[in-house]
Amino acid sequence: MSARDAILGRVRNKMGGNDDARAKAVADRLKAHPQGVIPARASLPPKEKLALFIRKAEEVQASVVQVKGPADVAKAVAAYLREKNLPSSIRMGADKRFADMGFDKQKALEVKTGASDGDDLAGLSHALGGIAETGTLLLTSGPDNPTTLNFLPEYHIVVIEAGDVDGTMEEAFGRLRKASKAKGIARAVNLVTGPSRSGDIEQKIILGAHGPKSLHVIVVGKI
Amino acid sequence: MQITSPTFKANSRHALDDKQLQRALGNVRGGFIEKRAKAAANLPEFEALRDNARDIKNHTLAHLDHYLEIYEKAVIASGGVVHWAETAADARGIILDICRKAGARTVTKGKSMITEEIGLNEFLEHSGIEPVETDLGEYIIQLRGEHPSHIIAPAVHVNKDQVEADFRRVHTHLPPGRDLSEPESLLGEARRVLRSKYFAADVGITGANFLVAETGSSIIVTNEGNGDLTQTLGKVHVVVASIEKVVPTLDDVSQILRVLARSATGQEMSVYTTLSTGPKRAKDPDGPAEYHVVLLDNGRTAMLGTEFQDMLRCIRCGACMNHCPVYHSVGGHAYGWVYPGPMGAVLTPSLIGVDKGGHLPNASTFCGRCESVCPMRIPLPKMMRHWREREFERGLNPATQRFGLKGWAFFAKRPRLYQFAAAMGIPLLSLLGGAKKRFSSLPLAGGWTKYRDLPAPESRTFMQQWAQREALKQEARS
Repeated sequence: MSARDAILGRVRNKMGGNDDARAKAVADRLKAHPQGVIPARASLPPKEKLALFIRKAEEVQASVVQVKGPADVAKAVAAYLREKNLPSSIRMGADKRFADMGFDKQKALEVKTGASDGDDLAGLSHALGGIAETGTLLLTSGPDNPTTLNFLPEYHIVVIEAGDVDGTMEEAFGRLRKASKAKGIARAVNLVTGPSRSGDIEQKIILGAHGPKSLHVIVVGKI
Repeated sequence: MQITSPTFKANSRHALDDKQLQRALGNVRGGFIEKRAKAAANLPEFEALRDNARDIKNHTLAHLDHYLEIYEKAVIASGGVVHWAETAADARGIILDICRKAGARTVTKGKSMITEEIGLNEFLEHSGIEPVETDLGEYIIQLRGEHPSHIIAPAVHVNKDQVEADFRRVHTHLPPGRDLSEPESLLGEARRVLRSKYFAADVGITGANFLVAETGSSIIVTNEGNGDLTQTLGKVHVVVASIEKVVPTLDDVSQILRVLARSATGQEMSVYTTLSTGPKRAKDPDGPAEYHVVLLDNGRTAMLGTEFQDMLRCIRCGACMNHCPVYHSVGGHAYGWVYPGPMGAVLTPSLIGVDKGGHLPNASTFCGRCESVCPMRIPLPKMMRHWREREFERGLNPATQRFGLKGWAFFAKRPRLYQFAAAMGIPLLSLLGGAKKRFSSLPLAGGWTKYRDLPAPESRTFMQQWAQREALKQEARS
């Protein structure tokens, strides 16, 4: 007997009985994916929801700026790099949304595309969604937004549309389900809540463990 | 790893005398408890979420065979490979096979207790493959040739100056005069040293906090980002997970995530929660070319349907040990195997046998703090009691203890005799206790009085005091 059959057989032996009913219970749950307890804090009108997202992101040491429209994003990226005394250079994926964000107008800004080789100081990603409840960004991998950009550069800048911020994790996963319908779920889905940190030395929290030491969020558009 | 659980008592004595350890354990007693309490208080729905998290896992365990099959199907559909392993040795064999096929010389590792459980590092080393731990705490203890002493803070037993000494000993290519006096500089050095390792590794191995049946994803929850670099930069990603890690849907994951980080570190969310589903897609610029999951039983199915089934709800947050007075006193290594603290006291006898792990369920004051903070509402003290019963049934505890328990039982079963004996003995002990009302030594109680005084009893028994109280109340009423 294969290990698979032996393990499943033992489970069935212990937990089994009326297998049709059990199979149905499982199929029903997967289909309905019932929501459990939803924190009241995230059930807010759009404006307050965005405000909560920003406040929560800042609580976990992310920095946040809001810009009026897509055309202002490149300017905001250049301004952030200057503020941090970084070289005017950014690595980003092939996300089409970046095309309208004014990078052609920032002549002094070097734009590199593709996955990070580990030498980039700053990376730029576009989030699929955000979770106001905890100030979390939801990023999906692919040619548009390579996963390495989320982890290798010391400074990670993430663009998110104001309207893409959801209240709860369940809502954000709903957005992910919808986005995954055509081609299936992205290989990597990163929920990012603040910059990287470690408390492994005497339980003292230090930012910038293996991932970015700074996380900067650019919220595009008003609600 | 070598199992030293059978010598728990000697381990504990050693731990109590270890000054460095006792200094380090102050960090456990300090931060964790306060942070968790604050995080729980800041979410009014926290208790309701604990109930629901428990119910989700109970439902999943009751239908585990179905969820495992659906999960497996989803992994295969995403291009991944699922391997089933009945034992630790089977899992090691499967992993070695994957590494050999990939021509691996080094593997990077994200933090994972399950690979500790199967003794993967030693095995890979013996097979000529270098495992590199990349979590800062795991990296530190790997340099020291140690094992984790805590399931989420593996190097909690180590102090900063010890880390500095280890880094100077091992990182000999760096200038000897460099400043390593602050945690920041130690972290920076580890970050730089490990960066090159991710790129050089052929295989990245991680554990999993959850396996999602709905999507076929494995999920890791981390703060440093090393787990993500491990699973992104290696050519092959191997996930090692025990079968009870499966959960039905992303909505179910959301519920449990809300209690996980809060219970563990007091964060509302850990920094990185990552879903990995299959290998890199055709157009992906990064990610592993192969994605493997090793599904491990190693004793879990034997716990199903027994009084220890509830333990399979455990999400490895560490709250039970953070709140345990015994763990606070002796640290994690004294427990002698992979899992310390209350969850270890229940799990260890299940996985390595009560003959080897039987001391651990006895290392509890039954104060109940572990159960009161467990996000999955696992009745840890009750299960430790089950182990004590099994140990007694099998005659594994020492003769003196059995004799003592039997003697006590003789009186306990005869209430009148018990009360009479107590009424004679208690005033005598009270008298002998003297003005200080304490014993610094007492026959038959040497184990207790060696490290602390034994308070002398009040001059009357509990039953006598109770009777008097009730009589007074009666008097007041009438």
